[in-house]
Amino acid sequence: MSSVRVLVGTRKGAFILTADAKRTNWKISGPHFAGWEIYHLKGSAADPNRLYASQSSGWFGQIIQRSDDGGKTWHQPGTPEGESTRTPEGMPKAESNKFVYDTSAETGKPLTTHQWYDGTPHPWEFKRVWHLEPAHADPDMVYAGVEDAALFRSSDGARTWHELAGLRGHGSGPHWQPGAGGMCLHSIIIDSTNPDRIFIAISAAGAFRTDNGGKTWQPINRGLHSQYIPDPTAEVGHCVHHIAMHRSRPGILFMQKHWDVMRSDDAGDSWHEVSGNLPTDFGFVIDVHAHEPNTIYVVPIKSDSEHFPPDGQLRVYRSRTGGNDWEPLTQGLPQNDCYVNVLRDAMSVDSLDQCGVYFGTTGGQVYASADAGDTWTAIVRDLPPVVSVEAQTLP
Amino acid sequence: MIRVTLPPHLRKLAHVDGEVLLTVSGEITQASVLDTLEARYPMLCGTIRDQVTHKRRSFVRFFACGQDLSHEAPNAPLPTAIASGAEPFMIVGAIAGG
Repeated sequence: MSSVRVLVGTRKGAFILTADAKRTNWKISGPHFAGWEIYHLKGSAADPNRLYASQSSGWFGQIIQRSDDGGKTWHQPGTPEGESTRTPEGMPKAESNKFVYDTSAETGKPLTTHQWYDGTPHPWEFKRVWHLEPAHADPDMVYAGVEDAALFRSSDGARTWHELAGLRGHGSGPHWQPGAGGMCLHSIIIDSTNPDRIFIAISAAGAFRTDNGGKTWQPINRGLHSQYIPDPTAEVGHCVHHIAMHRSRPGILFMQKHWDVMRSDDAGDSWHEVSGNLPTDFGFVIDVHAHEPNTIYVVPIKSDSEHFPPDGQLRVYRSRTGGNDWEPLTQGLPQNDCYVNVLRDAMSVDSLDQCGVYFGTTGGQVYASADAGDTWTAIVRDLPPVVSVEAQTLP
Repeated sequence: MIRVTLPPHLRKLAHVDGEVLLTVSGEITQASVLDTLEARYPMLCGTIRDQVTHKRRSFVRFFACGQDLSHEAPNAPLPTAIASGAEPFMIVGAIAGG
């Protein structure tokens, strides 16, 4: 019988929620890595028990953790617990925490500057991994989106990392600037039919696409309009909060921008707004139904300064038409005095016949719907602030 | 033996309880102690100092013998009480919210 595993990253550790296909009785394990910020965990589609986790701390930096048994045990890749951490030659087995921008003449790009909040040049500095995206077919290949914005890849199960420097080295790099959360590469989508085509998004530079496995990149922001930047239609500088795609339609992308919900029907070459009748089109998350590629979900947030739902009512909005026509989903969600936020990586769907939808809040609740959003229940209510949610459908 | 105390997060990461005891060859300095610590516990690489520049992370401090050694040169000799094992070399996370 199928089951579901929901990986939850929070400000103070990771939690793993599991249930059978009915999705009514949940077991909760954690906190894993208690006390650390877990920006993201994600499992491999090729090997669901292979999980990767980004563990970080303002004090002690970035740690990458890996599990090969679905989250029962974890280790830093290359340093399994109980085994020697050294090679016979006395060298460390791995450098899984080492994210160094590639400045080599052969493969890298010079480490120039990006813009600071006030527009002054600021050196590129690694801070943390925001998002981990395993490749579709190879559990040992995984991408990492980092702050300050860059894309790294590991081909050895996260033992070592190498920057795909063509992105940071795109000519627009000196004009990128941080969003309120930092200059982070937070979204990575690998085309399910063409692994050389990858979409990424950066706050606040915008969306980019590579068609050659990361060697070169192009900004894909035409059609975005951002009134909060000097040139509202600039090639880069847009605060893209999240992008989503259904794997059966890799040319169609959905975007929750700082303001505006957007859609592209040509792999990002152009975008048009599909905010339609949303009560506010500010928000962070956006996701797509597992089986209905035209059914999408957002959680409207009041404004860029008031990061909570309008009127204190937590509502997921669903469009079954790929945007523009939206319906509020409220059953089981608090409709009074609710002032939580739902962060950009904190929504996910499972792929059971009746699609499950999950999201976590900054108030520590993780809500689940086993009927594609019609009704909701809280799996758990009192976790630390939730940063990310990823659902896995297990055979 | 050189005695090193780690903050709780790093003790857990390195799977150690209490103090770490290290045999450090050569002169006893911050750099040689940290080199030895990271060689024995590579999972700590990057958590105390930058992996490339070896610059101390901003929110990490070094104390020993009642002194703040955070801003001492990495290759300056540590107090003899550290070298003799009479006092621990303390790696401390800054008290700063969170």
